[in-house]
Amino acid sequence: MSTSSKNSMATADYEMVIGLEVHCQLKTQTKAFCACRTSFGAVPNENTCPVCLGLPGALPVLNQHAVELATTASLALNCIVHSESIFARKNYFYPDLPKGYQISQFDKPLATEGHLNIGLIENGQPVVIRITRVHMEEDAGKSVHDRFASSSAIDLNRSGTPLVEIVSEPDIRSSSQAGAYVRTLKQILEYVDVSDANMEEGSLRVDVNISARPRGTTAFGTRTEIKNLNSITGVERSVEIEFARQCSVLTAGGTIVQQTMLWDGHKEQIRPARSKEASHDYRYFPDPDLPPLVLSEQFISDKRRALPELPDARRARFSSQYEIPAADIDVLTATVQMADRFETIAATSSDAKRAANWVLGPLQASANASGIPLHEHPVSAKRLGDLIRLEVEGKVSNTAARQIFTFMESSNDDANVIAEREGLLKISDDSALVVWIDEVIAEFPAEAARFLGGEQKLQGVLVGHVMRKSKGSADPKKLNQLLAARVKLA
Amino acid sequence: MSVSEKDVRHIASLARLAIPAKRIPTLVDELNHILIHMDVLQRADLSALDENTPAVAGMPLRPDVPGSVPLERRREDFAPQMRDGFFLVPRLDTHGTSGSSADEDAS
Amino acid sequence: MNRAEVEALIIVDAATTASRVRSREQSSLLALAAAKSQMESANLGRNGLNAILYSDADGALRAAGELGAQFTYSKTKSNFALAGVPVMVKDNIATLSMPTTCGSNILAGYVSPFEATAVKKLRASGALLLAKTNMDEFGMGSSTENSAVGPTFNPIDNTRVPGGSSGGSAVAVATGTVRIALGSETGGSVRQPASFCGIVGVKPTYGRVSRFGLVAFGSSLDHIGVFGKSVDDAALGLQVISGRDANDSTSAAVDVPDFRGHREVKSSAPLVGIVVGWPREYFPESLDSNIRALCERTRDALRSLGAEIREVSLPHTDLAVPVYYIVAPAEASSNLARFDGVRYGIRAESDSLRELYENSRSQGFGAEVTRRILLGTYVLSAGYYDAYYKRAQSVRQLISQDFARVFASGVHVLLTPTTPSTAFKLGAKSDPYEMYLSDIFTVTANLAGIPGMSLPIGRVDRLPVGGQLLASHFDEETMFRVAYALEHALGASAHQ
Repeated sequence: MSTSSKNSMATADYEMVIGLEVHCQLKTQTKAFCACRTSFGAVPNENTCPVCLGLPGALPVLNQHAVELATTASLALNCIVHSESIFARKNYFYPDLPKGYQISQFDKPLATEGHLNIGLIENGQPVVIRITRVHMEEDAGKSVHDRFASSSAIDLNRSGTPLVEIVSEPDIRSSSQAGAYVRTLKQILEYVDVSDANMEEGSLRVDVNISARPRGTTAFGTRTEIKNLNSITGVERSVEIEFARQCSVLTAGGTIVQQTMLWDGHKEQIRPARSKEASHDYRYFPDPDLPPLVLSEQFISDKRRALPELPDARRARFSSQYEIPAADIDVLTATVQMADRFETIAATSSDAKRAANWVLGPLQASANASGIPLHEHPVSAKRLGDLIRLEVEGKVSNTAARQIFTFMESSNDDANVIAEREGLLKISDDSALVVWIDEVIAEFPAEAARFLGGEQKLQGVLVGHVMRKSKGSADPKKLNQLLAARVKLA
Repeated sequence: MSVSEKDVRHIASLARLAIPAKRIPTLVDELNHILIHMDVLQRADLSALDENTPAVAGMPLRPDVPGSVPLERRREDFAPQMRDGFFLVPRLDTHGTSGSSADEDAS
Repeated sequence: MNRAEVEALIIVDAATTASRVRSREQSSLLALAAAKSQMESANLGRNGLNAILYSDADGALRAAGELGAQFTYSKTKSNFALAGVPVMVKDNIATLSMPTTCGSNILAGYVSPFEATAVKKLRASGALLLAKTNMDEFGMGSSTENSAVGPTFNPIDNTRVPGGSSGGSAVAVATGTVRIALGSETGGSVRQPASFCGIVGVKPTYGRVSRFGLVAFGSSLDHIGVFGKSVDDAALGLQVISGRDANDSTSAAVDVPDFRGHREVKSSAPLVGIVVGWPREYFPESLDSNIRALCERTRDALRSLGAEIREVSLPHTDLAVPVYYIVAPAEASSNLARFDGVRYGIRAESDSLRELYENSRSQGFGAEVTRRILLGTYVLSAGYYDAYYKRAQSVRQLISQDFARVFASGVHVLLTPTTPSTAFKLGAKSDPYEMYLSDIFTVTANLAGIPGMSLPIGRVDRLPVGGQLLASHFDEETMFRVAYALEHALGASAHQ
């Protein structure tokens, strides 16, 4: 691997400079500029109309909900949302672009000047990436190349789906920062419920602009663009590989060609896209079919007020409100569903720490095993909270509680009903315990004698025997008291 | 400002128009003859533009409810070439089994 | 139906025909029969004046029959403002019953799977859609010579053009075949042919009539307009197709007043209180003296109707044509990108995508369309956008401001010539820019979005001359008020 060692020598002298462009599909029922559904089955072109087919004479009309979601996303990313923004036409020919132009926003975007704390601390400072702009645009259709021998097939079902494009400043300096940026962004978009933000399914798409410059310099180098990234790992790996490539070109005295690179996630390879034109000239101009988008101050402040608690704020509150380790808080706040569920369980059970253990333990394990998402899990937050409460109040043991949980997964019965039915409530009634202690002493005379003779460590063994006899329902606290009393008697 | 033969070939390429080579000089002349009349705009005094442009009414928005303008004819009736519901084009030079101009260069 | 019966029917205005049909005084089929007969006598077909590209006599007949049945069995008849009135529509307005080809090869055989809002409104009012009319390809032209199927001829002198780009519709009305036809204009393509053909042509305020279904040329300048044999025909036609449309984001949410409120001219001074502006920039030294004289006669007529005449200035008028020939081609270059041979229209068989695009488009578009796409692509391209497109939009705003200032000063309508000349000979304007200058008095209204109309004010050497009235945004009502009074006052002299 001589090239890789050469690369690592080269990379040490250079600094990675990255800006990200993230396209995110908005969760609307209908398309951006026509009332075709955004969800569709397998039939190609079934969800198309004169507008999204680009038929002569058809005109666009903007979807209000798309504007609302884009505004919410912009506010969640700390942007300034402008009272007036303009839709422009980005002109280029491609068969999946029916009008010959994409309706997008260019010099007057919806929102600008945001920032994103990506949750990393470097040199004692949180890493904050500036966001240049958030703008609205429409998605293109899809071209299918492997279906017919000599033709490409065009499906315009996706044509016109509303997107926001979120553009960062070139503030990112490492692959881990790039990964953290996408992870944080995805989490926020999910929190504010504007998008499914699923990279595999293409509802979140990431393009990377990357360049290398000698360490200690400030001018930007020539950049390349990496496309076709469909996972966060892909983002991280591709920038490492492309950075190494650029560094070795520069070290060898070469120059970087400004071009588009495509990432092949299976082979972990990067290669230039075939481009017939050296540069593009999109001939942007304001779309005369669409007057300026005017948003009232009232609309913007309403959307701001309606923002849910964002991940950062929620993490901070969890750490001050609950006594849970930081690592657990990260997991519990990973999604809104998880965080909401945890808080309901914590409140119902009145023991946040135990609730956290339950959510991260049995509940998560069960969800993983069954493949049912947490928010659809059959044991509702309320029911699980009630179960944990039984444990907190000392009415069932942890072992019994776990058994009850298993019963709850397959029935709608509440925890206390199951506990009673299955005889899993703790027995703290002296007479029952005394009988079991007597039986155990009779069955294990040697251990009993040593215990009563003063060997305290054998108490645990005897407790274990009694617990087994009681199928876990004996109250261990009471049991220990009674056994200690026997020693005194002896 | 005026256009050259190179300019005309470039814009014809951008506009996806095949112009026969022998037509190019004529088009250069025609376009320049038109453009010469546009130079007057460079001399227009824009200081007279009102700062306070009238408030724009803003764009009417549509509720997010399905119900697009229906197609009264099948796509097959107007499409030059369709198969299994897809519009067909000559096979594209590309990298994968599917994609879109949003995923790669729009060339 | 004999010739005399036809003659008797085609001189009846649209409102009267509709009223007779509504009251079942006249069969819903009668006016249609007369129109069909006149269409043949006037020779509107391909071997004649070449005004008509497609006709649908059967469909119109069916619609007339259904309409008749409706009046027999239903009592609600008042909404049918055009009951039984045959109409024609320019070929760039989408219809289900006939092809929509914009006078272009690229759309040869294309039948739209949806219908324009204006056409739906015509149908809903009881109008009978008889034919699609010839036009300059995609509206690009001022003579209807740029049609893929050949030029339309002026019925008054068939060695001359009818004007354009809506020449076919103008000829259909001028020959009396229909009283109302739809055209469209981006720079004067209704008013200019109305002037050349001696009829009324009106372009409403931008946003008054939905553009949904109008195949776009220059979207910020495109309007559907109406030709009428008389002012009232035009007003009635416009009345029917006006109003906010949820399918067009530039359609205005402004109430539509009764455009026909002043159709009965009751007094001898019906225009008392009306101020008519006489913009000096529209009457340059170089203006044809006969046209100037007819405009002055018209001005005097307005004065004697009680109007106050006031000379005004619109100082940026001379910049309008350059602005127009940047903005319109720029928008056109983008609007016409969708004609790519992939989803509809003609397709040149090719081995590669680029060839498919280039061959389909080059075979499909004619010379003028090609020229304008190139021009528009150039003015939008990197490095030229600011100098051309952006600057043109700023100057466009200056032109709008000129109008706003004059109308704010108390002027109600402006009187100008519609065109700098009468109908010219076919082939007379081979230089593109010289052709562009025939729009010199009409493009301003498209740039500013204000309503305008042309109506006959006399003739020079047998050839009609149009006078143009311009009004402020959404004040078609006052414009029609002046037009009704003027038409009444000029009487037969408008056509002499």
